[in-house]
Amino acid sequence: MITVENVSKTFTLHNQGAAEISVMRDASLSVAPGECVALVGASGAGKSTLMRMIYGNYLTQSGRIMVGDLDVVTAAPRQVIQLRRTTLGYVSQFLRVVPRVSTLNVVAEPLLATGSDRDHAMQRAEALLLRLNIPERLWQLSPTTFSGGEQQRVNIARGFAYPYPALLLDEPTASLDPTNRATVLEMIVQAKARGVAIIGIFHDHAARDEICDREFDVTAFTPDRSV
Amino acid sequence: MTPLLQVESIAKMYGARIGCTDVSFDLYPGEVMGIVGESGSGKSTLLNCLAGHLQPDAGAVRFDTRAEGLRDTVTMSEPERRMLSRTDWAFVHQHARDGLRMNVSAGGNVGERLMAVNARHYGEIRDKAIDWLGRVEISADRIDDRPTAFSGGMQQRLQIARNLVTGPRLVFMDEPTGGLDVSVQARLLDLLRGLVREMGLSAIIVTHDLAVVRLLADRLMVMKDGRVIESGLTDQVLDDPQHAYTQLLVSSVLQV
Repeated sequence: MITVENVSKTFTLHNQGAAEISVMRDASLSVAPGECVALVGASGAGKSTLMRMIYGNYLTQSGRIMVGDLDVVTAAPRQVIQLRRTTLGYVSQFLRVVPRVSTLNVVAEPLLATGSDRDHAMQRAEALLLRLNIPERLWQLSPTTFSGGEQQRVNIARGFAYPYPALLLDEPTASLDPTNRATVLEMIVQAKARGVAIIGIFHDHAARDEICDREFDVTAFTPDRSV
Repeated sequence: MTPLLQVESIAKMYGARIGCTDVSFDLYPGEVMGIVGESGSGKSTLLNCLAGHLQPDAGAVRFDTRAEGLRDTVTMSEPERRMLSRTDWAFVHQHARDGLRMNVSAGGNVGERLMAVNARHYGEIRDKAIDWLGRVEISADRIDDRPTAFSGGMQQRLQIARNLVTGPRLVFMDEPTGGLDVSVQARLLDLLRGLVREMGLSAIIVTHDLAVVRLLADRLMVMKDGRVIESGLTDQVLDDPQHAYTQLLVSSVLQV
């Protein structure tokens, strides 16, 4: 479902003496439907960078990144937009929303954006919020004022609202209590059972061992930066 | 899929000075494109060339008309262009007073655009005006008030209602949230996003506010000295800017 072939990434910092920082070289990775692969490596090794390259918000200098039958590296913006609507979901570490929009609408938005019936989208959003223990009295409020753990759960609910066949998860259990953590892991396991291809970053070792089929160490593709 | 708007090598000179030059892009139905750059970068000149307010010196702006498919709006006749700007196009000005008739009631402002496309039944026009005032969160009991009695944020929402009542397919916006309080801006952004999604609108938004484009635009063009120096997916351009100027622009913002 997701195939990364020989990708390389360099940042050129024009305003800092045109410094060229090579952050990834010749990385290759393949994830099949129903498989969950954990990206591992020390902080700064390039886990998030690789994830953002797959999602298309970092440009890739060379190589191919196939998600379904689209090469994200060479795709036009509108093809990437379409890919993100119907194929590739992304649960980022932090929630970024339009202020003033209710939590229920934030969660239902991926469904509404793909033309889902409003009632169905709202029912699905309610079910997800209920499952993730977001109290009903908060549903009509904007999540911008919620606690870190609540925001993360809203983010997860939103990421799981649409049935994407491929998912990127950036630390989905980082600030959750044991009950909610167990719920999120259960949701990931169920997604795998449905055949969703998942790439995740989990600093939570126990979670990683529980749900991931393989680990992919990005350090192996990080150019030596000591020179 | 046919692009809704196909822009090819647009250039506009002010004497020897470049307004904008060599701008080309395709905009597809349902897409929202942001244009950012500092003042004097040519973004408003470009927007006015696209919307038919300025005559470009070179290039073509092809619009997918309902009747005849792609037509170059630069070379079409003035009446044809005026017809487009009354029906399929809308233009939201930065200052609401440039887009509203200040001495006509709120209902009249919305109704006038309907009459321009031959709506004649008073009751229907009034009902539609009330419906649209509601959609932009202006209560029906303000329908007979003039815009001069409205706050800045309300005037801007009224301008949007006036523009969208005829069901346009392409909306040009020039700094639509400029000059408004942050809380009013957020409300307007939420409203615009909802309308874009529900009506399947395409939009071109000129702004210098990167946070606004992050939330509203799918795609982004960065302009400097009349040229497009970088373009791409909005989050890609903001998270991984390639051009020195874009890097400077993004790093100068506190947080976007």
